[in-house]
Amino acid sequence: MRLTQGTFSFLPELSDEQIGAQVEYCLTRGWALSIEVTDDPHPRNTYWEMYGEPMFDLHDAAGVLMELASARATFPDHYIRINAFDSTQGWETVRLSFIVNRPAEEPGFELIRQEVEGRHLRYTLRSYATSRPEGERYP
Amino acid sequence: MTESPPDTAPLDLDAALAGSQVEEILATLDRELVGLVPVKTRIREIAALLLVEKLRAAAGLSAGQPSLHMSFTGNPGTGKTTVAMRMAEILHRLGYVRKGHLVAVTRDDLVGQFIGHTAPKTKEVLKRAMGGVLFIDEAYFLYRPENERDYGQEAIEILLQVMEDQRDDLVVILAGYRDRMDRFFGSNPGMRSRIAHHVDFPDYSPPELESIAGLMLEAMQYRLSAPAEAAFAEYIERRRAQPNFANARSIRNALDRVRLRQANRLFERRGVPLTREDLMTIEAEDILASRIFTEPVEGEPRGDDGATEGST
Repeated sequence: MRLTQGTFSFLPELSDEQIGAQVEYCLTRGWALSIEVTDDPHPRNTYWEMYGEPMFDLHDAAGVLMELASARATFPDHYIRINAFDSTQGWETVRLSFIVNRPAEEPGFELIRQEVEGRHLRYTLRSYATSRPEGERYP
Repeated sequence: MTESPPDTAPLDLDAALAGSQVEEILATLDRELVGLVPVKTRIREIAALLLVEKLRAAAGLSAGQPSLHMSFTGNPGTGKTTVAMRMAEILHRLGYVRKGHLVAVTRDDLVGQFIGHTAPKTKEVLKRAMGGVLFIDEAYFLYRPENERDYGQEAIEILLQVMEDQRDDLVVILAGYRDRMDRFFGSNPGMRSRIAHHVDFPDYSPPELESIAGLMLEAMQYRLSAPAEAAFAEYIERRRAQPNFANARSIRNALDRVRLRQANRLFERRGVPLTREDLMTIEAEDILASRIFTEPVEGEPRGDDGATEGST
């Protein structure tokens, strides 16, 4: 099951050239870019791990692509996303965030139904991948 | 290459030159930078090569992306940083770097304090310089042969790799004193072979220094009176003989101190109304008050004239 999180997630995978163009757009708006990785695809897992430091004062997308290449080499089977943070007053938030790398196999999620008092149901979403420990989830 | 035009089809070099607006930058270079004839010639040659390379590419001939990494050698104050900034602009106009900004760094910006600190630091600088020119001042400090555990070597290796692999993304310019750069290249043959252009910046002659002072004063809207001009020529003569002479930078500092004395002189004659002329004119006494004139020429410089100017 293909994970759809963040911007462009319903589009086909972006090529490096397209990623570069998006990064270029972010840089022209003065946003700081950062790269994050995770192997826990749960939609409520919002805090992924930083890969390197956020990149400030960049002028060209080549810098981000260089960092992305090294992130992909380190974590080929993890989810990797690029975030663009807008520090201008009134925003101070992530303005764009999109997935740029994903594991070859995505097992998807299990819907757990828990029956409670009466005939009420409680729902839980659980990723099949997270049954294994961190770092071994996508062999 | 079936579509390439016939060998005799004319290609318009003038149009290409006009289109790139490089001529304009070269003209400003000529106007604003005094002397430096070998440097200007070299930059013209590089610009010509890049332009011809573009025409060749348009005609279907290819020799691969030319290597553009450079080394600027010369004494302090000979205009290395200024020329590097112009170089970034020229390369940008010719389309060899995408953004044309200059990131100027020294050893401290590249080399870390402890194990594992250097690589992220160097990479951060490289990321910032992507699309532009990375100017490494006093590059020989990167390599410290006396300390084999020095992290400078690590920075050099990362630099070399990026200089080789991402030639389209950034241009590296190394700068420093001639002899020390020669020693640096001698112990880092990999670096030497990746640098295509070695440009040497000569020292300025006294008349050149005078016209530099003239340009600086013009920009600051001051002027020298006739006796002051003679005094300044004498000042340059004496200052050049002193150690730590830093060419144009020393001239700039000298002019700053002259302005200080001029302001003081005007302040002391309070009561007399000042004219616009008074505010603009620097008199001989403002220059002759310098310590350089009271000390023997060979003597070690003391006080504010000379000793405070490092060789940065």
